[in-house]
Amino acid sequence: MFHPSLQLLKKEVKENRFKGILSTITFFLFLPALIIIFWLFMKGFPALSIDFLLQDPIEGMTAGGIFPTIVGTFWLVIISVLVSCPLGVLAAIYLSEYAADNKVTRMIRLAILNLAGVPSIVHALFGLGAFVLFMKMGTSILAASFTLAVMNLPVIITSTLESLKAVPHSFREASWNVGASKLQTIRHIVLPNSFPGILTGLVFSVGRSAGETAAILFTGVAFYLPFLPQSVFDQCMALSMHLFTISTQVVGVPDAYPYATALVLILLILSVNSIAVVLRTYFRTKRKW
Amino acid sequence: MSNSFLILLLLTLASCSKKSNVLIIQNKGSDTLVNLAQAWAEEYKNVNQNVALAVSGGGSGTGIAALINGTVDIANSSRAISHEEIADAKKNSGKTVKEFIVGIDALAVFVHPVNPLSGLTIDEVACIYGEGGECTHWNQIRGTVVPGCKDNKIIRVSRQSNSGTYQYFREAILGKKRDLKLGSMDLNGSRESIDLVEKTPCSIGYSGMGYLNPHVKALCLSKGDGPCIAPTTETAISKEYPISRELYMYTAGDPTPEVQAYLDWTQSAMATKITIKAGYVPAGKR
Amino acid sequence: MEIKVTTETVPLAMEWRKKKGHKPVSEKIIEGFIKLGGFSSIVLIVGILFFILKESFPFLIGAFDFKEFFTSTEWYPASVVKIRYGILALLVGTILVTVISMAIAVPLGLACAFYISEFCSPKVRELYKVLIEFLAAIPSVVWGFIAIMMINPAIIKTFDVPIGLNILNASLILALMSIPLIVSVGEDALRAVPETYREAAEAMGATKWEVATRVLLPAAKNGLMAAALLGVGRALGETMAVLMATGHSIQIPESIFEPGRTLTATIAAELGESPKGGEHYQALFAIGLVLFILSFAVNITADYLIRGRRK
Repeated sequence: MFHPSLQLLKKEVKENRFKGILSTITFFLFLPALIIIFWLFMKGFPALSIDFLLQDPIEGMTAGGIFPTIVGTFWLVIISVLVSCPLGVLAAIYLSEYAADNKVTRMIRLAILNLAGVPSIVHALFGLGAFVLFMKMGTSILAASFTLAVMNLPVIITSTLESLKAVPHSFREASWNVGASKLQTIRHIVLPNSFPGILTGLVFSVGRSAGETAAILFTGVAFYLPFLPQSVFDQCMALSMHLFTISTQVVGVPDAYPYATALVLILLILSVNSIAVVLRTYFRTKRKW
Repeated sequence: MSNSFLILLLLTLASCSKKSNVLIIQNKGSDTLVNLAQAWAEEYKNVNQNVALAVSGGGSGTGIAALINGTVDIANSSRAISHEEIADAKKNSGKTVKEFIVGIDALAVFVHPVNPLSGLTIDEVACIYGEGGECTHWNQIRGTVVPGCKDNKIIRVSRQSNSGTYQYFREAILGKKRDLKLGSMDLNGSRESIDLVEKTPCSIGYSGMGYLNPHVKALCLSKGDGPCIAPTTETAISKEYPISRELYMYTAGDPTPEVQAYLDWTQSAMATKITIKAGYVPAGKR
Repeated sequence: MEIKVTTETVPLAMEWRKKKGHKPVSEKIIEGFIKLGGFSSIVLIVGILFFILKESFPFLIGAFDFKEFFTSTEWYPASVVKIRYGILALLVGTILVTVISMAIAVPLGLACAFYISEFCSPKVRELYKVLIEFLAAIPSVVWGFIAIMMINPAIIKTFDVPIGLNILNASLILALMSIPLIVSVGEDALRAVPETYREAAEAMGATKWEVATRVLLPAAKNGLMAAALLGVGRALGETMAVLMATGHSIQIPESIFEPGRTLTATIAAELGESPKGGEHYQALFAIGLVLFILSFAVNITADYLIRGRRK
């Protein structure tokens, strides 16, 4: 029988104490954030109602609802995903299936890392210079969505790349061995099996686009529009921008309104993210390997 | 799969290029005016369904610059357009800028309610806010002690350097040749200014009169030895209040019939009710 | 993952195709698109640099004075007396806020990552991971809103200072925002250490704590440093939250309770109000250039550290 020595017991006690400290730190690290969310909920909930979501803002945006902002955010998200998704998937396919291990590939990876790390205001500057001015899109949903798409590209590339890598190499080899070309293999074997990962990346980028403010400030969003955008060349209102303006610029807004707007934004993003998590778990169970 | 995405994108773009049959008037500029312009735009929707105003802020400078570039129909400004800007507009578009006075605004200077002061001279405001001004603590202003204010330090609340409100305040207090002191809290909008002064005993701030609320104390202002005038509708109209200004809307050349109709409407009874509700003075009364 | 196509793995059919050039045109076109997609990120990053340079160029070769730009605290593009373009106060603001928030977030975040990866039960780990994703998804404008409405009065009350919109507020908010990122990447780094390390150490009689501190920490060192650097990058580039939280004052703050201003917030606040193509506008793009270079430097260092780990 192995009896622990006194030394070992002392060590255990000391270590348990450290573990306890770590677990307390972890707990208290997340606690403030949870308290904040709870507080947001308490203050914002009274103003939340179906009317709030479906009405237009009235009386100088101090009453009514936030409907146009929801529509605007919706447009921005849809178009930016439509642009970034194909491009991101193509880029990930290249990196996973075609790229050789050389300096150029290193540069591509570095470029992706940097794109992810560029401050969002610098993205806005790029969007202004490239899409609004150079490509003459003007301040429009189109320019703002393209800017958001550039911001989200790294997210889509990274998550697609990971899911492509996760497909076992044997799948590809089996396909080649029955005479399929590389492209056919990608199209019929690799892509379908990495679909969950692609979807996850897509859904997370939806969350990012919905919450982004700086990138759309000078590229497509307006303080107030009395009409819903009729085309991608119009400006739009957005949830994130609206939260900013009613908490810093519009006077006379009842207290609960900014909280409610923040709440709607968070709930929107969270529900989209939860869908991603659910899908991810579902597909993980259905995985064939 | 990526093919179908590309096709979808093209379809979306194609279907989205149908022309809307609502005439859009682009209205951009002063942040002081933006809330009023927005309230007007809201109401005008009910007056004329075929015309809609797209309102943006960005500051008087941006609005006028956009007018010079030809990208807006109406520029909102809380300061008068300069001669250089008029010349630029003429050069760019060949048109002469037309000025419309749509309202009157008095710039209120306000402090936290516990501040014992009820008024300041323009020179004292210049001492606090101006570059080279020596007043950094409240006790330098006639020995004022502000309860709840640590060290009696003056915390200056201000606006961005491009905003029309900032520029008008600077000119009214300091004249044309002096800058405001750096190191003030240059907030984004009037709501932030009022919110901050409400909560900060040490602070002093300024904004359009329309944004005052009962939680801050508006100071009366006096020029030299003159009487101390409080910012009210009457003193703004009579120009007794030292810092009151016109609010402008500019068009490049003569306005189109729709724009003219809108501009006329802003002086109607319905619109002036909105003006008063927003805390400004209707222009017609001068 | 690169697929090395050697003659051993290429089946006969593929070899035939390659030799006889029997790739159908449609395949060639699609593969062309794929290659384009692959290079898109390089094109975009170069594009960003290009457009920022393009818009700031007239300022850079004109009114720009290197000494004034980097050593003067007076940022006064709209002056009527003398136009000044000194970003020192803004640079100090950015650095202060980044350093302080990282001083809070990195040790605590890494400790957290450590705990979640090695010491807690799988169920609790799942819970924390969900929590982290949840927190990471909160947009920065919401954090900025929280900074104004909640942290602001809390600072005033707790520390008995005149204002709550200051360096401390911005640093706290940035720390809260970066912690999920640092914990998540740090946890990945720890998890990536092969099981064999743990097994070998335990076989020699080490306790779980000893395995974690003496074996895993040094092994995952590079990945953990990369996590910290990614947090730094985030803090450096954050715009909306600091715009709303710092008090936006052009000065070098004398204490963390005083307001300050960052490079990012200056661009966000002033660009909308600058006439396009004007000198102020160009100077703001020049600030964008500085930010781009700073984030580039941080990212390259992080990448170097991650790659070093591969060895």
